[in-house]
Amino acid sequence: MNSYAMSATPVPDTPTVSARLARNAMRHASERVIEALLFAAAAVSVLTTLGIVYVLVSESVLFFQKVGIVDFLTDTQWTPLFDDAHFGIMVLVSGTVVSSAVALAVAIPMGTVIAIYLSEFAGPRVRELAKPILELLGGIPTIVFGYFALLIVTPLLQKIFPELPGFSLLSAGLVMGVMIVPYVASLSEDAMRAVPMSLREGSYAMGATRLHTALHVVVPAAFSGLAASYILGVSRAVGETMILAVAAGMQPNLTWNPMEPAATITSYIVQVALGDLPHGSIGYQTIFAAGLTLLLITLLFNILGQWLRRKFRENY
Amino acid sequence: MQAQNTQRIRALIARGKLKDTLFAALGVICLGIGLLVIFALVADMAMKGFERLNLDFFTNFASRRATQAGILSAWVGSLLVMLVTALTAVPLGVAAGLYLEEYAKRNWITEIIEINITNLAAVPSIVYGLLALGIFVYTFGFGQSILSAGLTLALLILPIVIVATREAIRAIPAMIREGSMAVGATRWQTCRYHIVPYAMPGILTGVIIGLARAIGETAPIITIGALTFIAFLPPVPFSALPDGGTAGLFDWVMSPFTVMPIQIFNWTSRPDPAFEVNAAAAGFVLMAMVLTMNAVAIWLRYKLRKNIKW
Repeated sequence: MNSYAMSATPVPDTPTVSARLARNAMRHASERVIEALLFAAAAVSVLTTLGIVYVLVSESVLFFQKVGIVDFLTDTQWTPLFDDAHFGIMVLVSGTVVSSAVALAVAIPMGTVIAIYLSEFAGPRVRELAKPILELLGGIPTIVFGYFALLIVTPLLQKIFPELPGFSLLSAGLVMGVMIVPYVASLSEDAMRAVPMSLREGSYAMGATRLHTALHVVVPAAFSGLAASYILGVSRAVGETMILAVAAGMQPNLTWNPMEPAATITSYIVQVALGDLPHGSIGYQTIFAAGLTLLLITLLFNILGQWLRRKFRENY
Repeated sequence: MQAQNTQRIRALIARGKLKDTLFAALGVICLGIGLLVIFALVADMAMKGFERLNLDFFTNFASRRATQAGILSAWVGSLLVMLVTALTAVPLGVAAGLYLEEYAKRNWITEIIEINITNLAAVPSIVYGLLALGIFVYTFGFGQSILSAGLTLALLILPIVIVATREAIRAIPAMIREGSMAVGATRWQTCRYHIVPYAMPGILTGVIIGLARAIGETAPIITIGALTFIAFLPPVPFSALPDGGTAGLFDWVMSPFTVMPIQIFNWTSRPDPAFEVNAAAAGFVLMAMVLTMNAVAIWLRYKLRKNIKW
């Protein structure tokens, strides 16, 4: 079929130069609008950060008008909702530190061994299979890990330590460690695979075994990457919430003993949020003060991680 | 003398090889522990929860009686929250990724945005909950609604979507852009008709991983004040409301809600062991959802790596 016959309008004339310029200008203008919109989307991340800082700081300021910062840092009790209110953040920090320490005692050795194995020992097939499995482990919802810690790991541990209570930092920490293993293993493996082959070949040529090469050549060469992955593990452990809320007992308790129940910064926030506190009350403000403390701790570790990475960056 | 030396060297080699083998075994054991945990989790929840996994469980509301309690409000809530999250995070994340890869000039503003995205990925999720409580719930007045929850999770997974988008875009060779520009397309037309469609599988992988993470997130949603016991569904658009009016198209976004992880949390924190069974069954459903999503993402990435040849 002939399309010329179909159309009633004649073929349009070539547009004049001014019309073309006008169209170009239009195109240019709409391009600018689109670019501005895309920029706005990218800026949302900055707004999020500003929002976090604004919310935490503004509510914390109200909190610190009522509670002295010295009390906050030195009091040994955390009973913000009692008549005799005490606001000693160290209580929550101790729970956070102990549970994180338990978690890291699992995650760092296990993650490092898996990373060394995958990068230096395993064949490509094992590696291709193992990485997705590790990713699945890292993708399990933390509430499910909490269930696992409370209803499976705690009863198992009680068979070994009969005096272990139903809620403890130990079982929550152990499960948290397993949760963090994939993050440590995956990042460490990336770091070790980035070590150039020539270093390994040199070591093998000297007659070193695989293990010797891995421990004395590859690990030191990848040290900055390994350190960064450990720091990420610390961040995860400190910020983890649900495993602790379910399995560690949510009882504010100044303790350094993992066999006891305790509350962490995160599990306290969850506990209070469940109670539906009135907006503007001191209880409401405590969760922001606790949140600010948590953010400062994670920020500290992030800065430490970046510093380590820069300081120990190897030049091959 | 010579024989003795040879023997010593052989012994040395054998010892080295033994250590290698032992370490490899240790590596396999550590990997096996991870595998065992996944297996134990799924098996335990499947066995304990099996008796409750029937149609009634999916169509009943939460109840004070363990055997009658179901997850209807939880899975509907999770689905609706995910809808809001996806509708917010995908356009924002893709737009931000496009801007950073295709438009941004190398200057301090871009640098700040990039550093910021990296840092946001390390912020604990509960802090997002506090942000949402202060901003969405009280400052914007969205209340403890599906909208607040969806937006919170969208902000939480935004870094994942942005990073995935950028990686997918970076893999597209420059000749595609040059070809498009050479026939007179503008930068936006190049993005709209070439870059985004070609980057789609990579973006999709990131979106699925992000949503799988979001669907399992509990802490930020508890913080904004999701209810733990809910026996009604958000209003269906244009349906009749109890007060005599008719629900609008978007009334459901302002509705109170609960989600799967909160339902599980609620059940695990009850002293009555009968609810343990419910927690196991609901946990199994949640795990199935998350593992399926992750598997799809992993499969998508695998397929992607194999097929693309520019």
